[in-house]
Amino acid sequence: MSDVKSFFDTPAPAHLTGIKAWLLTHDHKRLAIMYLWAVMFWFTVAIILGLLIRIELMSIGPTIMGAKLYNSAFTLHGVIMIFLFIIPAIPAIFGNFILPIQLGADDVFFPRLNLLSWYLYMLGGLLAIVSLFTGGGFPDTGWTFYVPFSVTTNHSVPLTLTAAFILGMSSMLTGLNFITTVHRMRVKEMGWMQIPLFTWSLYATGWVQLLATPVISITLLLVIFERAFGIGLFDPDKGGDPVLYQHLFWMYSHPVVYVMILPGMGIISEVIPTFSRKAIFGYKAIVWSSMGIAVAGSLVWAHHMYTSGISDTAVFIFSLLTYLVAIPTAIKVFSWVATLYKASIEMTPPLLYALIFIYLFTVGGLTGLVIGAAGTNIHVHDTQFIVAHFHFTMFGGAGFAFFAGLHFWWPKMFGVMYNIKKAYIAATLITVGFMFHYVPMFVLGMMGMPRRYFDYLPQFAQGNALAGIGGIIMVIGLLLMLYNLVMSLREKVVAPENPWGGVTLEWSVPSPPPVHNFVTAPSVKDYPYDFSEVLKKAAQS
Amino acid sequence: MNKPIDFIGIRLGMWLFLYSEIILFGGMFVLYAAYFHAYPTDFVEGGRQLNRVIGAINTIILLLSSFTVAASITAIRLGSKKLSLSLIGFSFICGIVFLINKYFEWGAKFHHDIYPNSETLINGPPGQNIFFGLYYVITGLHGLHVIIGMTLLAISFVLVASNKIHAERFAMLENSGLYWHLVDLIWIFVFPLFYLVL
Amino acid sequence: MSKDSSIQHMMSYKQLALVLISLLILTGVTVGVSYVHMGIFNVPIALGIACFKVSLVLLFFMHLKYESIAIKVSFLSTVGFLAIMISFTFWDVAYR
Repeated sequence: MSDVKSFFDTPAPAHLTGIKAWLLTHDHKRLAIMYLWAVMFWFTVAIILGLLIRIELMSIGPTIMGAKLYNSAFTLHGVIMIFLFIIPAIPAIFGNFILPIQLGADDVFFPRLNLLSWYLYMLGGLLAIVSLFTGGGFPDTGWTFYVPFSVTTNHSVPLTLTAAFILGMSSMLTGLNFITTVHRMRVKEMGWMQIPLFTWSLYATGWVQLLATPVISITLLLVIFERAFGIGLFDPDKGGDPVLYQHLFWMYSHPVVYVMILPGMGIISEVIPTFSRKAIFGYKAIVWSSMGIAVAGSLVWAHHMYTSGISDTAVFIFSLLTYLVAIPTAIKVFSWVATLYKASIEMTPPLLYALIFIYLFTVGGLTGLVIGAAGTNIHVHDTQFIVAHFHFTMFGGAGFAFFAGLHFWWPKMFGVMYNIKKAYIAATLITVGFMFHYVPMFVLGMMGMPRRYFDYLPQFAQGNALAGIGGIIMVIGLLLMLYNLVMSLREKVVAPENPWGGVTLEWSVPSPPPVHNFVTAPSVKDYPYDFSEVLKKAAQS
Repeated sequence: MNKPIDFIGIRLGMWLFLYSEIILFGGMFVLYAAYFHAYPTDFVEGGRQLNRVIGAINTIILLLSSFTVAASITAIRLGSKKLSLSLIGFSFICGIVFLINKYFEWGAKFHHDIYPNSETLINGPPGQNIFFGLYYVITGLHGLHVIIGMTLLAISFVLVASNKIHAERFAMLENSGLYWHLVDLIWIFVFPLFYLVL
Repeated sequence: MSKDSSIQHMMSYKQLALVLISLLILTGVTVGVSYVHMGIFNVPIALGIACFKVSLVLLFFMHLKYESIAIKVSFLSTVGFLAIMISFTFWDVAYR
């Protein structure tokens, strides 16, 4: 497709040149690329931090850092991974790039607001860096910023909270933009039940971002006020109730795990039918389960607080409600598996990542039931079990979905194909490392090793050493994956318009797409996952 | 590409933003509800110490300004630019009067040694400290929103004056109006919750 | 584009003035009622009147009555979420 000028060569707005064409752009695709590099930078930083934490834990006693530095290190790892990587990764990169194209639109509804979101993201990241070197150093509170410690510690909590506040705003505005785009920018022929599933999942995510994020904004503001004025809203000496902080915090932070996982599920719902050459099983069920997860996810926040001293009634009800979330999630998993059944599967790196996702996410989800039940929760609360569960869902789930998306849409975004063989090797290394890294943590947690401790008793030595080795293998795999992708930009193996045989609209435009996305007017199929034409073409050749 | 401007979409975006503002204050109302449940008598006592008359006057000021903002949109659509300008100007002045009232109200409380972390509150009943803590945070945050709303009104004023907003294209004024109404809306709840819990 | 559906419904001055007058009357009522002591009933009455006033502002000043179904439904969902935030917290604080 050399006759069409790609968006890389066409600035939007048209009068901009050079670096300005990037920094002042309104083009959703350029913004997606800018997000990609920023997110990748933070991801790499946080991976290295995580590795340092695990190396510290590989032997008893201070190994490479002391207790204080360790506290700041795991807080920084958590804050970066959550606020600067997982929350923005899929919506801001693939959402920005793919969502308008899947809807047949030429951009998002509010392009300038989109640019503002990017600047807010960068500003939040910058503040996080500044807070490393000011005040008493980066907070040592953990990413949850629980009172009373976050009010009394002398580390630079307010600055980090401001950073999180601004990052929340960026994520919220992205959600606002996507919702409006889905409502108003669809091509005329596209009804609600013809919207591709990735876009559907982003639509559901948008609502969670929009309605949950303000709760964290006000909560973080209150902590800043507490530190500045000593109001005492969470201070028992002054009549306050610290547990209410936890309520407010999890009112946001539980729904936000669905901000992290829903877009990932959307990617999997695109990848699986594409490489199964088969209509996805239960399209409507997946759509409604996305919305169902968004709703049910906002009803269950107090299951993070079983041991905080909340009432038994609350423990009972929130435990019951927590099990409800399993239903829409299971609907999705069964639909993916049913799609693969009797399909003509073509193995590719994105599909491999998607299959690993299904496995890891299922393990993460099922261990979630262990900690969702009030009784077993008390045994494993605040242990390594929680850390392992969380990473199985968020890294094994959202992270692997992100990698699947990266390998799926990379040729579309840059018009180049990466080395398939290296991609397989990287995926295998990451997965093997992942298992050796996190499975020991489940066992350690059951044995009673607490999370967030920089030292431990001798009986935990074996598990921690094993987890450290697994972590190193995993990081090698991750670096190989990133290296492979970056090298593809240099080797420039040209990717065709539709390398995978996908049927959603983004595969009908050139790779990389021109500035207004569509060369000819988009034609919408009655059903978004109709592979009959792809199969016909395959039969002819 | 020159497409017609989608006013419905712009309004939808603004409403979505307003939802986030509602939830922002909602977090404060969660705290209010939980603490009211914990300290009902102290809250009643605290409410007695606030001046109902100033609260009522501020309510009326905000309601009036809401009306004038709504009317300014009708005016611009009927093509009477001058009327629209004076209505927006009036609303802006209402905002200033509201803030001046608030200033004197806060000042009087400070004078009586009632402010965050003051001796009276620290040594008084805990429920009273919480009541006034919430009072300062919520009215302070609301005051900040009044200032933001006034800024939006000022921008709209300039745009109307320079004919950038006119009968065919008034989304900016409409959205500023929506924001101003939201400020009013929050106050309608703040007023009874703090001044009238007796 | 005179008959375009994207053109907003327009409120007349008279309608707006009527809404304003009702709002002012309701403000008077709620302040007046607060001088009458009814024990536990004061709070629900004050909040009930506040809800009524807010509905008037929403429906007429903010044109919610004339907006598309998407805005109406999403607004109600927001209020629903707020209700959940408050009421579910009470599973804890009310039974502690």
